[in-house]
Amino acid sequence: MKTIYRVLIGKPGLDGHDRGAKFIARALRDAGFEVIYTGIRRTPDEIASSAIQEDVAAVGLSSMSGAHLRLFPAVVDSLKRAGAEDIPVLGGGIIPEEDKQLLKQGGITSIFTPGTPVDTIIHAFTEACSKQHQSRR
Amino acid sequence: MEISSLLKRLHQGDARAVARAISLVEDQGQSGPDIMAGLDPKRLETSLVVGITGPPGAGKSTLTASIVKALRNEKTRVGIIAVDPSSPLTGGALLGDRIRMMEHTLDPDVVVRSMATRGRLGGLCAAAGAAVRILAASGCRLVLIETVGIGQSEMDIATLADITMMVLAPGFGDDIQAMKAGILEVVDLLVVNKADQPGAQKLLLDLGREATSSGRVLQTVAREDQGIIRLLDAIFALEQQLRQDNTLQIRRQQARQREALDWTLELLKPFLRQQINSSPTANNDPGEIARQLAGRIIAEHG
Ligand SMILES: Nc1nc2c(ncn2[C@@H]2O[C@H](COP(=O)(O)OP(=O)(O)OP(=O)(O)O)[C@@H](O)[C@H]2O)c(=O)[nH]1
Ligand SMILES: [Mg+2]
Repeated sequence: MKTIYRVLIGKPGLDGHDRGAKFIARALRDAGFEVIYTGIRRTPDEIASSAIQEDVAAVGLSSMSGAHLRLFPAVVDSLKRAGAEDIPVLGGGIIPEEDKQLLKQGGITSIFTPGTPVDTIIHAFTEACSKQHQSRR
Repeated sequence: MEISSLLKRLHQGDARAVARAISLVEDQGQSGPDIMAGLDPKRLETSLVVGITGPPGAGKSTLTASIVKALRNEKTRVGIIAVDPSSPLTGGALLGDRIRMMEHTLDPDVVVRSMATRGRLGGLCAAAGAAVRILAASGCRLVLIETVGIGQSEMDIATLADITMMVLAPGFGDDIQAMKAGILEVVDLLVVNKADQPGAQKLLLDLGREATSSGRVLQTVAREDQGIIRLLDAIFALEQQLRQDNTLQIRRQQARQREALDWTLELLKPFLRQQINSSPTANNDPGEIARQLAGRIIAEHG
């Protein structure tokens, strides 16, 4: 039986532009994922706590506000504090080239920008989920 | 994770253990049966399962959040299972009920689990029954299950829950016009939500005097937390009655039998598919193919 991957798509921070997040949520659904969507303006702790309760295999974050440098790693930290550092965090949005390295250092495993093809994003989620599921055994 | 330590943490209410246990059962992992067998029967017995159904947008999730808020004022630990359909084409699902319950996200005694139907007919996923019991064992006094639907198949929820309620709202009158008289035959409570909206009185009138004076029809404004205490009183009064006259035990027994039937059919599917695909196609009538196959199986094992 094929494993169905569960992922959470969340938008930390104050900006209300959720078109990108919703687009990715629907694309992942259409690729066979179960997508838990938590809506806009969530705190990093709320996202981490939801991810744990839903037992997702990966978390995808979207930010259009420029606060990603603070907010994305904050989700990683919150997961770590809750003992769930095995859940990978991926991030997308308007992210300048020079921020990518910093986000990687902050624990974000994949970073997408408006130019990233959807297939690349889905592939990255599939890989991340597959790896997370292996760690469950 | 060792099953014994998973079970220990689950009974302590540990969020990760609870969530993982549900996944292991949902994904039909090998440890599923051991997890289910290890749940504290006392907690299963004392918990109450409430099914919340109704048409899309009637306010089920908002009402659930409002009920949760009232229960948390009393320090009651509560579990919520929100079920949404899987896409029949891709198997994927978009699960968004959580959005309305985010205010409780950081409360460790509010456990929310979104589930997809994963191809099962009717409103409930095959694993929802197991998830309910895991939440109960983790210490949830109440477990609420939200599913979309007003048709018959969605009434699956009635067999899984101890108490069922249907949420209606003004503007959904046409949908329920045909069945309104019968609603109280299949659910215990009928909630007219959005009572702040113009059509609410008309909806109550449509339901008829007999229904509205039965004590089983309640009005709420979920978005403003109005009518919730009354609704909870009605739920707990009904619980007491169902426990006293043994109806609760009977309902649970029927639920188990129904779930067992569902699981059996689920487990038989690959075998049946293989039988159908490999049998000579002398007959083109699907009904006849099915009758012959079922007949053969029954003759062999019946
Ligand atoms: N006016 C009014 N609006 C309400 C009330 N309760 C809920 N709503 C609104 O109704 C809309 C739908 O509410 P939900 O709680 O998402 O409804 P639902 O039945 O869970 O919807 P689905 O899960 O999509 O089937 C939201 O915009 C709510 O804010 C109420 O009592 N009064
Ligand atoms: Mg809902």
